[in-house]
Amino acid sequence: MLMSDSPTSADQPFVAMQGVSFAYPTLAGAPGRQILSGVDLSVKRGQLVALMGGSGSGKTTILRLLGGQVKPQAGTVMVDGRNVHALKHGELFALRRRMGMLFQFGALFTDMSVFENVAFPLREHTDLPEAAIRDLVLMKLNAVGLRGAHALMPSEISGGMARRVALARAIALDPQLIMYDEPFAGLDPISLGITANLIRSLGAALGAASIIVTHDVEESLAIVDYVYFLAEGKIVAQGTPDEIRASTMPYVQQFVAGSPDGPVRFHYPAPDYAADLGLAK
Amino acid sequence: MRAFARSIGHGVIDAVAKLGYFARLFVLTLRQSGTAFARLRLTIAQIHFIGNYSLVIIVVSGLFVGFVLGLQGYNTLQRYGSEQALGLLVALSLVRELGPVVTALLFAGRAGTSITAEIGLMKAGEQLTAMEMMAVSPVARVLAPRFWAGVVSMPLLAAMFSAVGVFGGYIVGVVMIGVDEGAFWSQMQNGVDWIDDVGNGVIKSIVFGIAVTFIAVFEGYDSQPTPEGVSRATTRTVVSSSLAVLALDFILTALMFTKG
Ligand SMILES: Nc1ncnc2c1ncn2[C@@H]1O[C@H](COP(=O)(O)OP(=O)(O)OP(=O)(O)O)[C@@H](O)[C@H]1O
Ligand SMILES: [Mg+2]
Repeated sequence: MLMSDSPTSADQPFVAMQGVSFAYPTLAGAPGRQILSGVDLSVKRGQLVALMGGSGSGKTTILRLLGGQVKPQAGTVMVDGRNVHALKHGELFALRRRMGMLFQFGALFTDMSVFENVAFPLREHTDLPEAAIRDLVLMKLNAVGLRGAHALMPSEISGGMARRVALARAIALDPQLIMYDEPFAGLDPISLGITANLIRSLGAALGAASIIVTHDVEESLAIVDYVYFLAEGKIVAQGTPDEIRASTMPYVQQFVAGSPDGPVRFHYPAPDYAADLGLAK
Repeated sequence: MRAFARSIGHGVIDAVAKLGYFARLFVLTLRQSGTAFARLRLTIAQIHFIGNYSLVIIVVSGLFVGFVLGLQGYNTLQRYGSEQALGLLVALSLVRELGPVVTALLFAGRAGTSITAEIGLMKAGEQLTAMEMMAVSPVARVLAPRFWAGVVSMPLLAAMFSAVGVFGGYIVGVVMIGVDEGAFWSQMQNGVDWIDDVGNGVIKSIVFGIAVTFIAVFEGYDSQPTPEGVSRATTRTVVSSSLAVLALDFILTALMFTKG
């Protein structure tokens, strides 16, 4: 099942975004503020790519575009050689079976136990006997260190545990494209290190293309193969971890150093502060 | 003035758009109902849940409505010296009218709101999106089983309501007031027609079941994914489904009378 029926060969990118522009529609239906304008990005099989950028810069939006949840106004999104937004509903669902997504806030099913959450994709998409499902689920849970919590309900586990369960669920079907939306948020240093290694080794073992959205610069530079920096709707810098560390680009330096001053905006677009407070002359 | 006219225009367009979406989602739910039947366990779990939720309130309400029917019915009938017909009156009122209607109203307030809130919270927690990303249709997996569970539960709950109500009428009329027990039951047996009365009552409760449950499911699925959005959707479920039940009751009763 792993490499089956894929039109892309090993050195072609598994994921390719080209000139993608996107704005969420406003409630009235017209396109709103431009979130992405002309984003190019590609990920090969077995490659682990980090996507970094300030809060609200559109990282989650890029993952939504890859999963076909939202449609770009311009540009193409190719996954495994197929244009995601030209697919019919059934074809999109077939493609999604080979994607795993860790949601930023976990999105566990609150009416199911931890075990059933991880078992969900297996029950929906395979005819495996109960014993095999049980073994697989316990293996995935063991990988995130939560085998012992399998009987708990989502309301009974902590936020960090919930994302680890969500991680186990995202990889339940051994996907070929794995998207992690801030997998390290809310993890203690020990779970963080273990999760980082898990993400690294999973991608290698499955030969999967992995995209990781993160703010943990140090941690992610240690595990990823390539980094994209997103700011103001564009990719402003990219490179291997060594190139990033050596980079003199202000964007990158500001991010790596975590300094408040620099080209990366902390503020959501706003009118002049003094004018807003009524202090303007 | 222009703004006023425009806001009316927007209101009408929104209402029509929402109605269109309602109809489309209804068809989609019916078309994607395969899973709800192929994996019957999903639907049965929901029936269990809805039953658990509504049973107590249905039984208690049925009992009190039966008590009141016994009292009021006796009061009116004895003026004409026909208190023998009390059993018939109680049974007909319940089976034809009060059973289906009151059950549907209680169901909307109890099970309907919880269905809306549950689906709304699943939406707010990105659970429905997560399901779609796992290539599972929330309409098939979440909406359809709840819908069919409601449609199946409603006639059962209405029958329960009527049965308990008749028992309540019996307690007040026969045990407490002293109406002749034989007459109470035999008039009921002779007077209630299986098709015209019971059958029509069942048809009503099935129609109400479809209306109330689908409104509940729709409002949850269409809610704004925020806490206020979910609470507003829950209120809308009660208001819309109560109005729908009363309006449908009038239409169905009129149809049934003109036909018979
Ligand atoms: N559903 C939505 N409807 C309208 N606008 C949205 C929606 N989701 C996000 N946005 C807007 O799109 C922009 C990018 O959001 P996105 O969630 O992609 O950011 P992000 O990079 O993931 O941020 P964070 O690091 O805080 O998660 C934000 O400015 C936000 O206001
Ligand atoms: Mg995000």
